[in-house]
Amino acid sequence: MFDVVRERVRQGYRTCRYPALAPELPERFLGRPRIAAAPCPPGCADCLAQCPVKALELRPQGPALDMGRCVFCGACARTCPQKTIVFSRDHRVASRSREGLIISSTDPGQQPGKAIPLFRRSLRLRQVSAAGCNACEADCNVLTTPVFDLGSYGIDFVAAPRHADGIAVTGPVSENMRQATLDTFDAVPDPRLVIAVGACAISGGIFRDSGECHQGVSALLPVDLYIPGCPPHPWSILDGFLTLMGRSR
Amino acid sequence: MDFSYRESVDLRDAPCLSGENFAVEVQACIARGFRVGAFFGLPHGPEDVGLVAVLCPEEDGNLCVLHSRPLTSYPSMSPTCAELHWFEREVHEQWGITPEGHPWLKPIRFHAPARSAFGEVRPRPLPGQTSYFAVQGPQVHEVAVGPVHAGVIEPGHFRFQCLGEEVLHLEISLGFQHRDIERMLTGGPDARTMHLMENAAGDTSIGHSFAHCALFEALTRTEPAPRGQMLRRVALELERLANHTGDLGALAGDVGFLPTLSYCGRIRGDFLNMTALLCGKRFGRGLLCPGGTKLDVDEALIAELRKRLAAAHRDARGAVDLCLYSNTVRARYDDCGPISTNAARACGLVGVAARASGLARDARVQFPVAGAAPGDIPLSKCESGDVYARACVRSHELDRSADFIQRALNALPEGKSAVSTPALPPHRMAVGIIEGWRGEICHVALTDAEGRFAAYKIVDPSFHNWFGLALALRGQQISDFPLCNKSFNLSYCGHDL
Repeated sequence: MFDVVRERVRQGYRTCRYPALAPELPERFLGRPRIAAAPCPPGCADCLAQCPVKALELRPQGPALDMGRCVFCGACARTCPQKTIVFSRDHRVASRSREGLIISSTDPGQQPGKAIPLFRRSLRLRQVSAAGCNACEADCNVLTTPVFDLGSYGIDFVAAPRHADGIAVTGPVSENMRQATLDTFDAVPDPRLVIAVGACAISGGIFRDSGECHQGVSALLPVDLYIPGCPPHPWSILDGFLTLMGRSR
Repeated sequence: MDFSYRESVDLRDAPCLSGENFAVEVQACIARGFRVGAFFGLPHGPEDVGLVAVLCPEEDGNLCVLHSRPLTSYPSMSPTCAELHWFEREVHEQWGITPEGHPWLKPIRFHAPARSAFGEVRPRPLPGQTSYFAVQGPQVHEVAVGPVHAGVIEPGHFRFQCLGEEVLHLEISLGFQHRDIERMLTGGPDARTMHLMENAAGDTSIGHSFAHCALFEALTRTEPAPRGQMLRRVALELERLANHTGDLGALAGDVGFLPTLSYCGRIRGDFLNMTALLCGKRFGRGLLCPGGTKLDVDEALIAELRKRLAAAHRDARGAVDLCLYSNTVRARYDDCGPISTNAARACGLVGVAARASGLARDARVQFPVAGAAPGDIPLSKCESGDVYARACVRSHELDRSADFIQRALNALPEGKSAVSTPALPPHRMAVGIIEGWRGEICHVALTDAEGRFAAYKIVDPSFHNWFGLALALRGQQISDFPLCNKSFNLSYCGHDL
């Protein structure tokens, strides 16, 4: 007993005060991309060739980047001869709309979108891993540790879909998980939400061209919140949830 | 044909055996003390598929590769070599090659067959829809769980045959995570290849991408940059620290010992954040490349890493000792889910589970990567094979990995972090073997006439070990399943690929 108390004191208080205080992110973290309004050199399409997930498109006014496909590897930014594409350290990437994930020089990504007042104080989610690689799942799970303390925001991952306000789907939805994903959604009472966590769930991510996957939950169900990343940083996921609840700053 | 795990071979130099001779040779090798590293189908043409077996010695030494002519059936080896039963089912499901006399040929991933089995078109099975082992009798009942589980966890289907609380048998049916990674890798390498490696099992991003790099370097005869190689090894041990800490916390949580659960959840993140210092991503994505590492570190970063590691290791030690020295925890861990040394050897366990059952299997010792001394991370082993042993192996490895990282960062070789690699040579085969945090990761690739991947086989440690979990639960209480499961903590997507 004495050991338990002593260790408790030694381990200290570690919960972050988010969103009041900005989270500490590593120097090399790649967050929300920005695209400068500079015309590309004629004929240059180096970034397109480097992208493993075809997240870039060349428009007349420059490249447009789809965060819903992006795995945030930074290959495009490294190859760009004039630094048109830059990844900032802003972890806030979530959006209520699919179009809000597309970033170009004329449109830095739309506002995250309107909150749903009904869920302002309480959000219960059933997490469904549908062929996720366990990175998105792990970064959802970590929110329940004392650092993030998910419960203090009124958010919880629950065991039964009957107790849930919606599902948080990770992974590209393999054919083998299609029915189970739809069944889980069907078991959630109305009004219900679908949250796509990670590039795979939004667009299929790196598995977009696999014949065994369905290009994400977006291809099967209407999605209420998109949280891009591969995997999204836990702070990005929490920011997404709080955006939906109308409690993000 | 014998060959070094760090070199490549031309499979055409090895005798192409008939199905019968192939089975005889593989079993003779296993009888000599080899174990199965990889076993897979190799397409020779659109309708011709042969078998390849890569066998690993129990002690350090050369690997042995055997391959067969294109065939449609061969004598099953599962009745004499239990560790092959899962592999034979996999090859049958993928290629329609029948192991004659296999005890129970069921699908393991429930995917569409890669080709029609020699003209006969098989319908795609529905996931989890197969015959299951069933126990009959009064008061015997069946508990079915999944694919969607109660927590934030990957999907899988479990069937328990129970008599009261006692589990007579557990059958595990997977495949829900199948994404067809191996097929996506053939024809590569391309811009996607490293990303697919990092996504094979997200919690083992470093392990799988390291195995791929080792394979790539063996194929191209490249010596990786010493600095990059050391940074990769640091990242690999950081991955081990993070996951072992998380597992030890989760084990404590499953017996209701909450202080360790809370602390370890946070400390796991501290280790992940150290990996993020290296490359910006908590799971180490984008750090490794064939030839070394894409990113380098400077003195300030090294100092920061060493400072954080010392603090996180001290915290982890305190949190884990609290639990392992608690009598109530010991009472639950002891004798729970035991696997004997013989059983572990027979079903081909690797990694933490094997070492907890007294098997000295650690690729860091048996197959050290280029530039590594075989003993610079000593092997941690226990004998009892129960949950306590699997916890203790992890606990020992926390100290040994942390100690290694401190030494490595203290004496990081000078120079560039990566060397450039040439294009892949045609018609070569090589392996990449890395001790990931769960156990031995084995990648095998063969190149075609143009130097592209004609076949790429990934064997995640979970592929060897899932059956071990089923075995561990025999005769245990069903309420101990979460604890046993966590003590293995196997990957669903690493198995399903």
